[in-house]
Amino acid sequence: MMKVPSGSIDCDVHPAVPGMAALMPHLDAFWREHLAERYIDQSPFTLQSYAPSLPHSARPDWRSAKGVAGSDLEVFRAQALDAFGTRLAIANVLYGAVALFNNDMAAALCAAVNNWVAREWLDHEPRLRASILVAPENAELAAGEIERCAGDQRFVQVLLLVMGDHPLGHRNYWPIYRAAERHGLPIGIHAGSTFRHAPTGSGWPSYHVEDSILQAPAFEDTVVSFLAEGVFQKFPGTKLVLMEAGFAWLPALMWRTNRSWRGVRTEVPWIDRPPADIVRDHVRVTLQPVDAPNGEVLNRVIDHIRSDELILFSTDYPHWQFDGEDALPAGLSDAMIRKITVDNPLATYPRLRADANQERAELRREAAP
Amino acid sequence: MNKALAERETQTGQKLSFVDCDIHPVPRSPKDLQPYLSARWREHAETFGGHVCQGLIGQLPFPRMMAAGMRADSYPSNGGPPGCDLELMQRQHLDAHGCEAGFLVALTRSGMDERNLEFGAALAHAINDWQLHDWVAKDNRLKAGIVVPQEYPEFAVTEIDQRAAENAAFRQVILSPRASEPLGRRKYWPIYQAIERNNLVLGLHPAGLSGGHPTSGTGWGTYYMQEHYGFSSSFAGNVVSLIMEGVFERYPGLKVAMIETGFSWAPSLGWRMDREWERNRKETPHLRQRPSEYLHKHFWFCTQPMEEPEDPAHLNDIFDWIGWDRMMYSSDYPHWDYDDPRVALNFKMTPAQRAAILRENARALYRLS
Repeated sequence: MMKVPSGSIDCDVHPAVPGMAALMPHLDAFWREHLAERYIDQSPFTLQSYAPSLPHSARPDWRSAKGVAGSDLEVFRAQALDAFGTRLAIANVLYGAVALFNNDMAAALCAAVNNWVAREWLDHEPRLRASILVAPENAELAAGEIERCAGDQRFVQVLLLVMGDHPLGHRNYWPIYRAAERHGLPIGIHAGSTFRHAPTGSGWPSYHVEDSILQAPAFEDTVVSFLAEGVFQKFPGTKLVLMEAGFAWLPALMWRTNRSWRGVRTEVPWIDRPPADIVRDHVRVTLQPVDAPNGEVLNRVIDHIRSDELILFSTDYPHWQFDGEDALPAGLSDAMIRKITVDNPLATYPRLRADANQERAELRREAAP
Repeated sequence: MNKALAERETQTGQKLSFVDCDIHPVPRSPKDLQPYLSARWREHAETFGGHVCQGLIGQLPFPRMMAAGMRADSYPSNGGPPGCDLELMQRQHLDAHGCEAGFLVALTRSGMDERNLEFGAALAHAINDWQLHDWVAKDNRLKAGIVVPQEYPEFAVTEIDQRAAENAAFRQVILSPRASEPLGRRKYWPIYQAIERNNLVLGLHPAGLSGGHPTSGTGWGTYYMQEHYGFSSSFAGNVVSLIMEGVFERYPGLKVAMIETGFSWAPSLGWRMDREWERNRKETPHLRQRPSEYLHKHFWFCTQPMEEPEDPAHLNDIFDWIGWDRMMYSSDYPHWDYDDPRVALNFKMTPAQRAAILRENARALYRLS
């Protein structure tokens, strides 16, 4: 493990909503009254995938007596940003509203979360950017929320959970991808499930640890869904960022889809070139957690992917993926570290790129005689 | 036949000698099984037919690709489906390429996915009789797999004990990996006890009919491309379940053959299981080794469909990680993605490694003399 260079771009950090009380000011009068009347304002909206007590949900030294890890901006600044010398970080708020069946309530609560993150976090911390949280099952409402938030350039991507009603490439969700493409927003897909379906093809496993391990095949099926449905041909500007997904499974996916494509291409004629090439152009993964057990294996995996452009630096704060400040796995070359921590994030997020260009222009102006 | 191959065979006058771990025999029609069913179940089959967890009968909701998923040349000229004609199988595959032993995986009309448990038991019993009398008795290179309906462990145990005592040609037990619960759950343990007791192997092969669950927690796909991918990704759930539930602590002699499941995903699953287990090990205190150690010790992988990296040398990493003593050749005859034993292992390896994959590993696992 090694330290991350100062000035890195962290593509997955998690501020946490401290409780419904924090969201109430960001809801309109109808929802405030309605939620209070049903006592829903007292509900935790905690995703089972990230129940606060689970070991992976917060590193022991990042747990706080003051409430849920990630819920206090001062602590967050010190632990998630200052500690790593982070230049920019993308806030992904994992909030349980997306697991509701009531589309209207889910949409209202997601909008409240987006308002909350803009007012309470982005307004106070210039190093932070955020993802637009949407509940995808009503894609029209989700697309409307993207339109509502996209004017604020500090929102840099759309945030979805990897397991919902349907594999995410499904055409039901296309209004989301149309809106995201229009605004230059990558689709961030984060680990986690609304448990509409059992996590395995054979039903419900016993242990939390199984749910965590099985995020990986869910990401695989999701990438294959985007490929098979032709999302990248319909919306060629689409970038997927798979977050907290691990990525050691990616080579096997590329090989299997390359081979099966030769047999199934008449069924999915829009796939016009080997799937592995499409993956390299459109799919990105955040660094943590690193499944490869050591630097040698990690470098073999990167070699198998045949690209140094796919991995984006992340700490996954406050989730427990590593200890101390060594957020980078051992064995990466200096050139690869530069790609992962700066170049790849800038290449992936148009809105971060715009920021960086503006920064450079300002520096040039200051330096001008 | 490939011309260069034909010439090489003519020159050397030698054929390969191989063990095939995946051959699919199919009844020519339901009549084939009638001699092995009682009047009660013959009448039931005629009146009520199968009762399974999908919307269509007599076809799959994800239709297969070319020729209904079969080698187009494997349809017998005298009628019936591919895989129903021993003479054709011998001519196209067993004799043609020098098969010394072939393992039957009987999926069709096998009762594994039947909701009426007693009917499922009757079908499984019949298909096991049929394998013995219509196949093994006619070609002693063929070895049978005891098919059992996994949702009816009480019957399964009796059937396993009886078949193992009846004929040494029964070398493994086949159950559906698309079960109602992940295969490591307590419900299925009597089956593993019976397998271990009788020195058999547990063979897992993808099944077209689901146990009511989509291949992963992402939900149902749209295209056969996705379903086909799920034949690999959905196995992670069962591997994780068998390991995390402690099945191999309880039944240390249990060995699992992964048939047509893909294999390049296995190393990364092992790394991921280890990492998550380290973080959560108090949840599964019954495990006394790292999960990847159980994976390495108890699982064998069949080669078909052979993965095809853009750089074939990358397969050597995968074989190194899984273990050259754990990979076994399989053809999947008569299915459309049949792997020809002469060309399937198309990457650099030593003659000893090739021999291990083509025959030695299967000989050892299945105790062929």
